[in-house]
Amino acid sequence: MGTLNQLVIGASIGAVLLLAALGLTFTFGQMGVINMAHGEFIMAGAYTAYVLQPLAGDQAVLVALPVAFAVGGVLGLILERLIIRRFYGRPLDTLLLTFGISLILQQAARDIFGAPNVQVDAPGWLTGGVDLAGVRIAYNRLFILVLAIGCVVAISLYLSKLRQGRRMRAVMQNRQLAAVSGVATGRVDQATFFIGSGLAGVAGVALTLIGPVGPTFGTAYIVDAFLVVVAGGLGQLKGAVIAAFVLGVLNSFVEFWTANGASFAKVVVFAVIIAFLQVRPQGMFVLKSRALT
Amino acid sequence: MSPVRRTLITLLAAGLLAGGCANDPSGSGGSGGDTIKVGILHSLSGTMAISEVTVRDSELLAIEEVNAAGGVLGKKLEPVVEDGASDWPTFAEKAQKLINEDKVATTFGGWTSASRKAMLPVFERNKALLWYPVQYEGLESSPYIFYTGATTNQQIVPALDYLKQQGKKSVFLVGSDYVFPRTANKIIKAYAAANGMTISGEEYTPLGTTEYSTIVNKLGQAKPDVVFNTLNGDSNVAFFKQLRSAGFTAQTMPTVSVSVAEEEVTGIGPANVAGHLVAWNYYQTTEGTTNSTFVKAYKAKYGADKVTSDPMEAGYNAVKLWAAAAAKAGSVDVDAVKKAAGGISLDLPEGKVTIDGENQHVYKTARIGLIQPDGQIKEVWNSGAPIKPDPYLKGYAWAAGLS
Repeated sequence: MGTLNQLVIGASIGAVLLLAALGLTFTFGQMGVINMAHGEFIMAGAYTAYVLQPLAGDQAVLVALPVAFAVGGVLGLILERLIIRRFYGRPLDTLLLTFGISLILQQAARDIFGAPNVQVDAPGWLTGGVDLAGVRIAYNRLFILVLAIGCVVAISLYLSKLRQGRRMRAVMQNRQLAAVSGVATGRVDQATFFIGSGLAGVAGVALTLIGPVGPTFGTAYIVDAFLVVVAGGLGQLKGAVIAAFVLGVLNSFVEFWTANGASFAKVVVFAVIIAFLQVRPQGMFVLKSRALT
Repeated sequence: MSPVRRTLITLLAAGLLAGGCANDPSGSGGSGGDTIKVGILHSLSGTMAISEVTVRDSELLAIEEVNAAGGVLGKKLEPVVEDGASDWPTFAEKAQKLINEDKVATTFGGWTSASRKAMLPVFERNKALLWYPVQYEGLESSPYIFYTGATTNQQIVPALDYLKQQGKKSVFLVGSDYVFPRTANKIIKAYAAANGMTISGEEYTPLGTTEYSTIVNKLGQAKPDVVFNTLNGDSNVAFFKQLRSAGFTAQTMPTVSVSVAEEEVTGIGPANVAGHLVAWNYYQTTEGTTNSTFVKAYKAKYGADKVTSDPMEAGYNAVKLWAAAAAKAGSVDVDAVKKAAGGISLDLPEGKVTIDGENQHVYKTARIGLIQPDGQIKEVWNSGAPIKPDPYLKGYAWAAGLS
């Protein structure tokens, strides 16, 4: 029973990781921008749920999802237009800049909402859980799992079926060729950044169900999110999905089987990723492209 | 220019500058001038800001009150506020700055034991004074620190006595992975061994961890009578949310926390922690006119929705106790204040607080509280009288091997 329970817990950790990392598969995976402020977009999404709570009551989480998508997206868009755009091809500068911006955003949240954690109540219909074969699955975990899967489906449809999405892939695979074929690459970059940052906002809303909501909310997830994207392979949605769930399950079992396992599980996960990247530096899946860059 | 002449000129210039400083009346700190500078050093940014900002606020309130009552030795106190930024080397650096540049008479500051341990050598080296306002793991007694929070025999040991009295036999330990929880749990294990209690599990998570489902699962399997929670900071929010969503209530999985106060309850959401126990020395609901005046003054200054908590009260006390010691000594000189401090007894929000001159801790009343659905904490038990601080647990036979 313990084992089955841990499998479920692993899947739900995986869903959390995936949700936090999905936005990065766009901004980092597709565009190669190391955006350290991604965590703060997650934080912005969480605060969106907090702000909407008194207005929307029990439906706050649902209402907050699209709003947080817009909030995160607009923040991302502003960041891209004002700053990141000027630093394409300079990853180290971008990293330092966005790290500074993440600190500014954290302090802004502290000034606006106060330093203490704020309280986002789980809606009534998400408290409690269901018992399946002796395993208790909490509704909020289930919600996160469903949301993560929903986002993955929506993204893959967007990338394969919609013109916008296909343009995005074209730019990612071969920027020069896409540009000479008439794709406005600047526009596509904006759209990519908007969606990637918007997804961070969505993740933020979902994460209020399980964790604290405070100014440093995003920092708890940013490192794991990058790990998932790197291990999965840049720009690879399925890579990120598999990496997230493998890491989630690995984490939950190591923690369960070892006494005082939380720290140890983290070490094991990091060690496994390092070892894996020694064998496959490019991650699980590789983007095949004839581009010269 | 020859090197000798250059050096000479530099020296002269430096001398002029130094002389200028000495003559500048506003630059004189300590007891000089019309004001007495005191340092306030807490994390105003970073992960600990959530807790430490409120302590700074209550210390500033206390300084304001001392000034309104005429100040110390006829001079107003002038707070110099620095940000430790949740970073331990920064605490040491800023402490040095307060002592050397601002020449403060004393400093109130710190929250985590790590920050205190970082500041300790700075204050000892400079023979300067620090007032540390948070409950901690004991086993320390620096001659240059006054500890106004509880040591273990004023918080953890009474909490264990209470659990034993309630018939709890097995205890599961959950804590953050740093010096306070590890030391606290060492003490709990020694107590359990001597009192016929069993430890059914012991788990640590890194500070900032937000994933507790596996630990909750382990709790479900171990089925302890009570969980002793020494988690710190944000982790408490995740832990209690996930404990509740896994279907546990305060009845099926009772916990007692030593780092969850009114401020934290607000962030966790009272619905998630109502019915669980906490152990402190002060609650916002603690009875007495001194406390109702304190709560009223705090709300008037910072907002009606604000709560007061144990560390805030201990920070407030620190300012009042130092002011009383300086008044008694007739000087803000560190040695004079230290000598005068022993035996000083004030009526403070938590009740009567007396400084133990020997170990520079204070006598405190232990209180066990039950978290209410409205976020306030109701006292369900207290030690009756202030407990003499015993940071090395010398008065407890079972603790013989600990220090």
